[in-house]
Amino acid sequence: MRRIALPVLLVLLAGACTHASARDPGRERTIEITMHYSAFDPAEIHVAPGATVRFVLTNADPIDHEFILGDETVQRIHEEGTEAHHGAKPGEITVHAGTTGETTYTFPEGGEVIFGCHSPGHYAYGMRGLVIVG
Amino acid sequence: MRHRRPVRLALATGIALFLVAVPAGAAMACGGLVAPNGTISLLRTTTLAGYHGGVEHYVTSFSFAGEANAELGSIVPLPGIPTDVTPAGRWTLQRLVQETQPPLLEGEAFAFAADAGTARVLFETEIDALDITVLEGGAVEVGRWATDHGFFLPPDAPEVLEFYAARSPIFLAARFNAARAAEQGVVEGEGTPIHIEIPTPNPWVPLRILGLGRQPTDLVEADVYLLTDREPALLPQATGGVVLERSEEASTSLLADLASDRGMGWLPTEGMWFSHLAIDAEARELHHDLAIDASGFGQPSRIAAGLIPPPEPASAVDLTPAAWLAIAVLLCAGALAVAAVIARPRAEVAG
Repeated sequence: MRRIALPVLLVLLAGACTHASARDPGRERTIEITMHYSAFDPAEIHVAPGATVRFVLTNADPIDHEFILGDETVQRIHEEGTEAHHGAKPGEITVHAGTTGETTYTFPEGGEVIFGCHSPGHYAYGMRGLVIVG
Repeated sequence: MRHRRPVRLALATGIALFLVAVPAGAAMACGGLVAPNGTISLLRTTTLAGYHGGVEHYVTSFSFAGEANAELGSIVPLPGIPTDVTPAGRWTLQRLVQETQPPLLEGEAFAFAADAGTARVLFETEIDALDITVLEGGAVEVGRWATDHGFFLPPDAPEVLEFYAARSPIFLAARFNAARAAEQGVVEGEGTPIHIEIPTPNPWVPLRILGLGRQPTDLVEADVYLLTDREPALLPQATGGVVLERSEEASTSLLADLASDRGMGWLPTEGMWFSHLAIDAEARELHHDLAIDASGFGQPSRIAAGLIPPPEPASAVDLTPAAWLAIAVLLCAGALAVAAVIARPRAEVAG
């Protein structure tokens, strides 16, 4: 019985380690977000402290959208900003109508990070979401 | 609390989905801002939906917002493919307004004031300084066409376009040509009325479009005039700030006046029914359109009113593997039966 139990235990431990690695800050995780009807889906995401996340963003709308990660200050800067397109900075990307885009972002050790679209009127319309770190 | 304008600036308000194109030279901002605060300039137009002989006559007016905003444009969802888009009467809409809202001063003379795929372009025409394009396509295609042609779509546009495209993939896009407007001396606020003829068994008037680009609590004020062969059944009847103010036989004086205007020869001078709906609702209340049944059966379509979605078209792609197998078995059985008949000896026939 012990001969059987040991390998089973090892397999279970290996599985547990694999599962934990998804929350390992040192590894990259992929999260897919859809933009439809000028809303993000999902609009709330949980990540591990210090995690690096590759966001794959699919814009299902016939209009361009943005995905801007940052705190309230970052969001305000973009709401009042003058950049027509984004993509050079991590966590900031413009996703054109009907296309898919990617951006990678490393989160801090805790707190909450907002993501939003700052195309005219979109943020006020409610096109925003929240990343909860921890 | 509702914020109401002290007076109705335009006595009749039309049915148009207004979209703002990026003005040349405007400061670019995140996503191509039109204005620093991203606001949408909504203009007011005037609309008549007449229905006679199976043809919806849609008369609406577009107001010129001045050279500084010459790139303003609009898109109107239509219930079918129009056969023609022509200049409308010069004072038809004003005469309708006068019918329901007489001048305050008694004895005042009536003033005949003139005032991604991408979508498939069905036809284009020019009416005065307006460039008109009739489009056919789904929400994504029409949206892409609009953005490709410099229109700015507000954030609720994807959902609203899909709401309309599900029932009718026909849209009319209109925008003022700044150069022609200048040549023709069009002044700010001046309206250009157009007349759209749409053969359709199932007329409807878009109402939800009035709330496009507005905040949910913004007040939408509109007047919709209907002229039909008989008293129409309407859906919805009276809800969410839509009130049937007048429903009566059209007066001969009204019909005579309207029929004598440019392009209004289609209108009989007697026997028509006149309806006036006043819309005084918050944008979030306008989640439907107005369906009209002028056939006498009194059954306006809930689909045409936008109260329920149209049924999904039957698609072979949607068939399950079991259904495909059943079809294949039936086809094989049919082919065997045909082969058996062909192979049968003809002796009996010959004998």
